[in-house]
Amino acid sequence: MRKALDTVRGNVLLKHSLIALLAAALVLLVMESVSPFRQGQLAMMAYYAIAAGGLTVLTGLSGQLSLGHGAFMAIGAYTTALLLQEREGALPMIVIILIAALVATVVGAIVGVAAARLHGPYIAGATLALAVAVPGIALHFSSVFGGEQGLNVKVPEVPRLADDALYFLTGTETSTSEWVAYSAWFLLIIVYFLLANLSASRIGRRWRAVRDDEVAASLAGIDLGRDRVVAFVVSAACAGVAGALLALASRLAAPGSFSLVLSLTLLSAVVLGGLGSLLGALLGSGLLALLPNLATSIGSSMGLSDVKAAELSPLVIGLTTMLVILLAPAGVVGSVRQLLAGRGPRATTAAAGTPGAGADTPTVAEPRG
Amino acid sequence: MLDIQGLSVAYGPVKALQDVSFEVPTGTITAVLGANGAGKTTLLRTVSGLMRPQAGRVTLDGTDITRMAPEKMSRLGMAHVPEGRGVITELTVEENLRLGELGRARNGDPVAIERMWEMFPKLGDRRAALAGSLSGGERQMLVIGRSLMATPKVLLLDEPSLGLAPRIVAQIFDLVRTLVDEQGLSVLLVEQNARSALSIADLGVVLNLGRVVTTQEAGALAADEDLRHAYLGF
Amino acid sequence: MQQLITTLLNGLTMGMVYAAFALALVLIWRSTRIVNFAQAPMAMVTTYIAMVLIEGGLNYWLAFILALLSGFVLGAFVERVIVRPVEGKSDINAVILTLGLFIVLHALAALVFGSDYKSFPAPFGVRGITVGGHSLAITPFGIFTIVAVIVVMLLLLLLFQKTDVGLQMRASAFNPEVARLLGVKVSSMLTLGWALAALVGSLSGLLIAGGNLVHPGYMDSVVVFGFVAAVLGGLDSPLGAVVGGLIMGIALSLVSGYLGSGLVSLAALLILVAVLLVKPGGLFSHASERKV
Repeated sequence: MRKALDTVRGNVLLKHSLIALLAAALVLLVMESVSPFRQGQLAMMAYYAIAAGGLTVLTGLSGQLSLGHGAFMAIGAYTTALLLQEREGALPMIVIILIAALVATVVGAIVGVAAARLHGPYIAGATLALAVAVPGIALHFSSVFGGEQGLNVKVPEVPRLADDALYFLTGTETSTSEWVAYSAWFLLIIVYFLLANLSASRIGRRWRAVRDDEVAASLAGIDLGRDRVVAFVVSAACAGVAGALLALASRLAAPGSFSLVLSLTLLSAVVLGGLGSLLGALLGSGLLALLPNLATSIGSSMGLSDVKAAELSPLVIGLTTMLVILLAPAGVVGSVRQLLAGRGPRATTAAAGTPGAGADTPTVAEPRG
Repeated sequence: MLDIQGLSVAYGPVKALQDVSFEVPTGTITAVLGANGAGKTTLLRTVSGLMRPQAGRVTLDGTDITRMAPEKMSRLGMAHVPEGRGVITELTVEENLRLGELGRARNGDPVAIERMWEMFPKLGDRRAALAGSLSGGERQMLVIGRSLMATPKVLLLDEPSLGLAPRIVAQIFDLVRTLVDEQGLSVLLVEQNARSALSIADLGVVLNLGRVVTTQEAGALAADEDLRHAYLGF
Repeated sequence: MQQLITTLLNGLTMGMVYAAFALALVLIWRSTRIVNFAQAPMAMVTTYIAMVLIEGGLNYWLAFILALLSGFVLGAFVERVIVRPVEGKSDINAVILTLGLFIVLHALAALVFGSDYKSFPAPFGVRGITVGGHSLAITPFGIFTIVAVIVVMLLLLLLFQKTDVGLQMRASAFNPEVARLLGVKVSSMLTLGWALAALVGSLSGLLIAGGNLVHPGYMDSVVVFGFVAAVLGGLDSPLGAVVGGLIMGIALSLVSGYLGSGLVSLAALLILVAVLLVKPGGLFSHASERKV
């Protein structure tokens, strides 16, 4: 029995490792064949995807809704910026990203301990408050955090070793922004590899159990609170990494980058792809990264000013999010999976009369009497 | 007054009612009896429109009400007192009664709240209290009084005896009988407490696993020892 | 001393606005168990409507009332068309839906009205009243704010406590199934509840905007403060929301006046977490076992 289990676990690990390697190769191929502008977009997609991946674990697996992950990204970004004020003597990039993740993790643990005791709209409200509070702190301590203008980030040079390795593989020199894009994608692969294994592990199964039936899970002896905190910490760490990469890619950490709308669009990315699916989070992030330019250029061609055309992208994202919730709550990936599994979206039970609150209960209630 | 024909209801794959037919004649009490899970509550919820049947027909005084929304039904003279009393605990006693008036048919006689206070002096004493502070018996009085405010033709009563002391149950059943005799109300009474129910009912319908076992005059049913032992537990 | 009085009076004014906003959240929560985070951009949109009308030459008060009515209509529309399908289902979906609406309204407002800061007129002076050479901290517009919120609250109280419609609305919120059996059109009551809530939310939006700068995000922090106020009051209690709003107004005004305005949101977060951890049922709950 135990042996069989070990083999299965080994297989999952093997499967994930193979996917990771393939993905790394794909990244090399794609990155070398696109323009620097697209590389920037790809870097953006990668850091959105890292944050959305963490949020997928939190919301999709552990069932906690966070509207405040932009705040953890801000923490990661400001940590990075503070460590990269001077190019001379700066720590290696990977160390800085890890420190950023660590700081976000610590804050995430504090918030997670509080959030673990809350439900539904209360977590949503608390994390919403967090999303609004963190940029405010940056503004308040403007001597440290640079106020409205934010902090410039001096991106370190490409490490010699990495430069050489990439030259060996691709035959071209690597610029710093290209290096950031590479780092973002390789980190994305590592993060998703870890998250996928976490999701397949025992704690992943417990998360799903708690999400699906809290009472049954707690009767089965699952420590709900601790698992919830772990999920929160994991997702905060991801957001910290994402924030660090955002600061490196945009060479800036400023409060304007972490508006409430950022937190909400992150959630949209998770919802669009399908709650609980890493692939979905990746696709949703791709949309977040690529849509703005597309929408802006379409808007401009329709005669809108650039400022206004830039608003088309959140409009599309918001509308799509609402439509997905209303029409295909399983998200894109989830719906495709359902179709492949040969069953359409769950049929809604026909409730008698008007569908006001509580009117749905009759068909769900236990037969009695 | 109330005619139920071939009613079938399912919760997903679980069939709660199968081909149930019987009639509630005007000015009588028809008691639906049976064990827990026989489908009694489902029957009432379907009649009053809270659930939709897969098949069958319900008519009230000649009007087809099978798939009518519950909020419309009360204006046709249907009053449903759900299981567990159905008082709105966050509202006062008087507010609960005033709500009852909403369902009154446009041409119905207005029932003054004062008459309710005469009928239920205990409620009158506590008219400004939250309904949640009433005792079980008082709550049952309140919901019956509330449904009377709508001057209904048919009263659906779901387990009015549940959790009440025998003395209170007797009071309530007396009240129901009086209403039927004096005002010509028709009552569909669902009860697990078959002995008490049959003591005031005119007709008895025995339900088992969603099917009608028998429909008989209440007296005859109470006298049928085999049936009583098999389905009614007394 | 002068500064303290100024801060407290300012807090009182803002507290009334937060109270109105919290009341809007509570009205919706009570009837549909949904926290309408989109209340903030909904109020923002109606403020822009008022601004466009005023800029078009309409009388201030007429524009004010038309904006409130547009809030009413918007609330009814949102409940009927957008929120209805998820009512009574998973609360995560409902929250995400209101957030989607949040983003959409933001973007729409920026597209239609522009995303730059615009100043919104006030019908009264926004300078302190001077009495005998002393300048008081309270402004005529501040007094109007307080009076307007109190009047609207009294009207709501009358509606809920003294009218049949109000009784039906309360019955629908407390026990929809029994209400339906009694002939209450519960679904219409829910729509009406959302519409009224959106009207109250719009009022708070207009009051904050008066004499200030508006932009598509100007209500974003108010939804946080209003939510915290509602939670302080227990999320279920209209009276609690009003008291919670006043507490928040004064507390945040003190933080802003003595510590700095950048810390206001942080203070709101800390108050929220403290309340949820210590008294999850709100300040006035006797029992704290309610699951939050």
